Amino acid sequence: MEPKVIRGRDLKRDEFEKALKVEYHPEARYAWDAGYAVGKFLEGLKQGKILGVRCRRCRRILVPPRAFCELCFVPIDEWLELKDTGTVNTFSISYVSMDVKRLEEPEIPAVIEIDGASPGVGILHKLGEVDDPKNVKIGMKVKAVWKPEKERTGAITDILYFKPLEE
Amino acid sequence: MSKVGILGIGIVPARALSSDVSYRELIFEAAVKAYEDAGIEPFDVDTFVSVSEDFNEGVSIFDEYVPDQLGAVLKPVHTISGDGLYGVISVAMQIMTGMFRIGVVEAHSKASNVLNHLKILELALDPVYLRHTGVDPRFLAGLEMRAYMEASGIDAESVARAATHQRTNAIWNPLAAYPGKFSPDDVLLTEVVAEPLTEGMVAQPADGAVVVVLASEDVIRSQKKNQAVWIEGMGFYTSEPSFDTWVWERATYAELSARKAYEMAGISCPSKEISFAEVDSRYAYKMLQHIEACALTDGRNPAQLLRDGFFSKEGTLPVNLSGAHMGIGMMEEATALYQLAFAADQLLGRAGRMQLSDPYRCIIQSWRGLPTRSGATCILSRD
Ligand SMILES: [Zn+2]
Repeated sequence: MEPKVIRGRDLKRDEFEKALKVEYHPEARYAWDAGYAVGKFLEGLKQGKILGVRCRRCRRILVPPRAFCELCFVPIDEWLELKDTGTVNTFSISYVSMDVKRLEEPEIPAVIEIDGASPGVGILHKLGEVDDPKNVKIGMKVKAVWKPEKERTGAITDILYFKPLEE
Repeated sequence: MSKVGILGIGIVPARALSSDVSYRELIFEAAVKAYEDAGIEPFDVDTFVSVSEDFNEGVSIFDEYVPDQLGAVLKPVHTISGDGLYGVISVAMQIMTGMFRIGVVEAHSKASNVLNHLKILELALDPVYLRHTGVDPRFLAGLEMRAYMEASGIDAESVARAATHQRTNAIWNPLAAYPGKFSPDDVLLTEVVAEPLTEGMVAQPADGAVVVVLASEDVIRSQKKNQAVWIEGMGFYTSEPSFDTWVWERATYAELSARKAYEMAGISCPSKEISFAEVDSRYAYKMLQHIEACALTDGRNPAQLLRDGFFSKEGTLPVNLSGAHMGIGMMEEATALYQLAFAADQLLGRAGRMQLSDPYRCIIQSWRGLPTRSGATCILSRD
């Protein structure tokens, strides 16, 4: 059965403003301690390196690194430098920014399986230097584009984006 | 229904800062210790509860962030907000259903990572009626403290004494972040927060993590042949719903939850049947108020009893020997579990310099903090 449409009228801006309400703007501020594993990873990014760890028990190579293996529940202390290339595991094409504005040029968030890490292990970043978003494919090879060394701060944004790798 | 007991506890000592570790690493350390103490692997655990408040974490849906470091991957996990004891009670009730044999409660604090505590506290205040005052939101504690002192005939010096009582006790608790030796006058002379409350009467934030493993009687009997600590009674209540109807001078939530826990444990005269108590003391006056609410004074004035040493280690009914919030530190949901851990150690004869002679049963009482009228209690006993 067709749903019945009951038409009302659009509310005007001043009608919204007339309604009584209480306004409040939260001010919550945090500074999270990166700790041992994440700290070392961020330090690596500052040097233009993607660091991973290997669990001595299950032998998985994990990135981003962690201080313990969540599956084996043992500490992890074996560090290795991974490549700054990888494979797109999944991606999305977004035309809406964080603050809900329309974007002319889309952002392409993607999960990138880093070369050298165990299959299915990847970091979330975005793609750039993409001619046509339609050409982005799962399984596409990509490479990190880094900020100039002097501008790196030890943050995930020290990698600007991953760009498609010429085959 | 199965009896529930404590199979193991793991704790990271409380401290003002913990910048060398992430919250994950902090919890992992507590978890490893807890499973070792319990003699199990995390894979043996059937259910997990993380006691946390998203605003304190700065991340919402925080239970999604705990499985890795708890060994809870691919297991049932959920958050309980409120207080550590709520988590204990929640897991205990799950075990009592018979559907779970071993359950874990986790609570932690990374208070040092919150840059504006008072603004976070303000978020708990009613936006229509309470946020407009524009003053430090701890004015609520000032209102409550004044009403309580007036009604119970307690002066500010006695409240200050409650603070020093705990800070001094903390000297012998290696897990405490704020041990200290000073006089009630020193406390009275600290900066005023909201008269009559001074900074010295407010517990200071600390970082830490605690993991408690609970289990059914059969599991505990098979693991801990000699001695075990049992949860004999539990209660949790919320009393007056809004500020307009608050009974400022009494901690009704604590009265109700203590009564419930005593009833469950078959205790009719708490002051005679309890060996020692650990109560919430986020603000120093709360210790006295909560002692009264837990019916431990037989109608006598708690300030007088405190002065007479009644609540000291050598006293008739020791209270907050752990150092509690003032001495261990204010770790939101976690402090009550540090107190629970201390209480369990007492019952097992492992409390070091603070060891009492032959304690057999205790009450642990917790409060969700301002601006709530919610709290929980547990009665622990040993074999
Ligand atoms: Zn592993």
